[in-house]
Amino acid sequence: MNRPANPPMPINFHANVRRVVANPVLRASFRGAMDFLTAKRATQFPDANAFETLRAQGEQIRQYALSRLPDLLEQLETNLTRNGIQVHWAQTPDEACRLIIDIASRAGGGLVVKGKSMVSEEIELNHALEAAGISALESDMGEYIVQLAGEKPSHIIMPAIHKTKEEIARLFADKVPGVEYTNSVDELIQIGRRVLRDKFRDTRVGLSGVNVAVAETGTLCLVENEGNGRMCTTVPDVHIAITGIEKVVEKLEHVPPLMTLLTRSATGQAITTYFNWISSPRRDGEMDGPKEVHLVLLDNGRSTAYADERLRATLQCIRCGACMNHCPVYARVGGHAYGTTYPGPIGKIVSPHMLGLEATRDLVTASSLCGACGEVCPVKIPIPDLLLQLRQQSQGHSKAPQLPGAGSGHKTLQSIAYRLFAGLYSRPALYRIFGLLATRLRAFSPNQQGAWTRSRVPLRPAGHSLHERMKSRNGAKVK
Amino acid sequence: MSVALNEVRSYPAKPGDVYLFGTCVLDLFDPDAGVSAASLLENSNISVHYPQDQTCCGQPAYTSGFPDAARQVAARQLHLFAENWPIVVPSGSCAGMMRHHWPRLFEDDPALGPLAASIAARVFELTEFLLHVVKATWPQTGANERVVLHTSCTARREMGTHLSARALLAQIPNVELVLQDHETECCGFGGAFSVKHPEISAAMASDKIEAIEATGAATMISADGGCLLNLNGTLEKRGSTLRGQHIASYLWQHAKDAA
Ligand code: SF4
Repeated sequence: MNRPANPPMPINFHANVRRVVANPVLRASFRGAMDFLTAKRATQFPDANAFETLRAQGEQIRQYALSRLPDLLEQLETNLTRNGIQVHWAQTPDEACRLIIDIASRAGGGLVVKGKSMVSEEIELNHALEAAGISALESDMGEYIVQLAGEKPSHIIMPAIHKTKEEIARLFADKVPGVEYTNSVDELIQIGRRVLRDKFRDTRVGLSGVNVAVAETGTLCLVENEGNGRMCTTVPDVHIAITGIEKVVEKLEHVPPLMTLLTRSATGQAITTYFNWISSPRRDGEMDGPKEVHLVLLDNGRSTAYADERLRATLQCIRCGACMNHCPVYARVGGHAYGTTYPGPIGKIVSPHMLGLEATRDLVTASSLCGACGEVCPVKIPIPDLLLQLRQQSQGHSKAPQLPGAGSGHKTLQSIAYRLFAGLYSRPALYRIFGLLATRLRAFSPNQQGAWTRSRVPLRPAGHSLHERMKSRNGAKVK
Repeated sequence: MSVALNEVRSYPAKPGDVYLFGTCVLDLFDPDAGVSAASLLENSNISVHYPQDQTCCGQPAYTSGFPDAARQVAARQLHLFAENWPIVVPSGSCAGMMRHHWPRLFEDDPALGPLAASIAARVFELTEFLLHVVKATWPQTGANERVVLHTSCTARREMGTHLSARALLAQIPNVELVLQDHETECCGFGGAFSVKHPEISAAMASDKIEAIEATGAATMISADGGCLLNLNGTLEKRGSTLRGQHIASYLWQHAKDAA
């Protein structure tokens, strides 16, 4: 188990939430953005039965791959190596950053141009590169905006979804040399493209994520809409891909169902504009393509989740973001409030094995368990069930194996409350006395009932309990 | 899990007797709804048995990460349903707990495990029972009425009974059922969630209420007491005159008016 030596501090989720929830403009903008994404997805799955069939297939493919994960990773390494792609393993974010810095330094790259990669966010690569004297430039438009603003992505598919058009216009005018204020979306995109075009030409190192890695062929798949991914993976001399160890499937034929689920769920597209299949560096006689291709495979807690059969389903994720788009909590608080690389429902289930349960203790409770996430997940991850598991581990009520920080959510008062609950509600005679007292003394119900009465009137029992009323009746008939 | 989620359930013929599991929320906060549920069943010539030793399904502890406390409470309920009668529960959330989570809670228990599973198979949420088993119908009464229904997330996603509540209301000739914006979205209750994350919960509740008020319906109904505690508590605090009513109370009122 990779227990962090110094577990990260608990994320101050409550303070983050208060800031956002108090801002009606922000809330309306999140809501609008999520409505837009959910509506687009809905057009791609008009037939509920067809969706169920497809996602059962997606689930099966991912579960099968996970059931054979160690074998498939070995097979993947063998076949990638045979294809000339160099494979590197990283246990921790630090190790991954060091590997990438080494490769980039050897390539003589003072600049790394990046395609969209959430795993590179997870390892905080940009900071590490900077500390090593290497600049990083994000080439995905959303990531570019977020980087200009000095922020982090707030959504795994739409990194800048928290920004309005006007904010982006102002940002470009302030931060991009020689740019006048314009809030025309087309012009803004053209500005970004111009900046990036020049960089692509000059840089020696491109970096990208991976959507699926195919073990039997040694192929890396990457979907994207802007063409920046293709530029990053073909123009520079060196292409470094990074992904988590869970992203492997066995066969090429497993890719189409997963990718169609991914793009439909994520952006409401049947297929993305670009679909990159990367199978080797430039071969003899080829005119273009990188001279070197590297794949960094990151663990960062994934093997801990893997070891716990109850949490393993977490690793089925294909990072489509649909659970976030449909989450009533995410829609209220936005991605930054979570304080994690991956926000929303998926963030609540993957962050504990990456950061430990102590850092994430307020995230696993931040769900009404409404189930909207599990209902749309294209690979049928039972997210609410996993949250229940994590809550049990957070309270220290779960059998081994456990995640780092297990038991850190324990609060004495809360434990006492549930012990009282169990003691009272498992003794029917005592409970009836309690019911009698609560109803007879209803006038004395406290006016302040903690957090409940902040937005609601106090709970006040009825005059007679249902137990009492059912005892003294002989059935009702009106006809 | 012994009972698959979202299964297409086959329903038994109308029985002569049922158990009523009233839920802890209705017991103390809305006993009228519980009595109405019993009356609706009795009115269809079904004898209703209300075990006086019932307390709670254990859900509050279960969803907070205290499975042992939940087990302790749930274990006391398992012996209350000795006859092979259906167990009718006027709440999607408690019915979901009993039907889907009790079997898991006791899966490692050789004695209680099979008992929990056999009980789970007999648990019915009130509206599905009225619609599919009792096959109750309601005649025209009084003036036309616009009604808005809030369906709980557990009714929708665990029990699949949101449509039965809707279908029951649609049977009443003078009722016009209107849909609120974001109808499928959670009201923000979620048990302990409502006090652990009060800002998020309050934001969800107020959005839900605004959507419901925007329909212009004067009558708001839900089949879940938990949602109603949350929504009515928020409505009253906001000074609104609208109050949600449990579907059992609403239907029983209709049955009485029609008689
Ligand atoms: S958990 Fe499911 S819905 Fe959420 S990002 Fe992963 S695959 Fe998509």
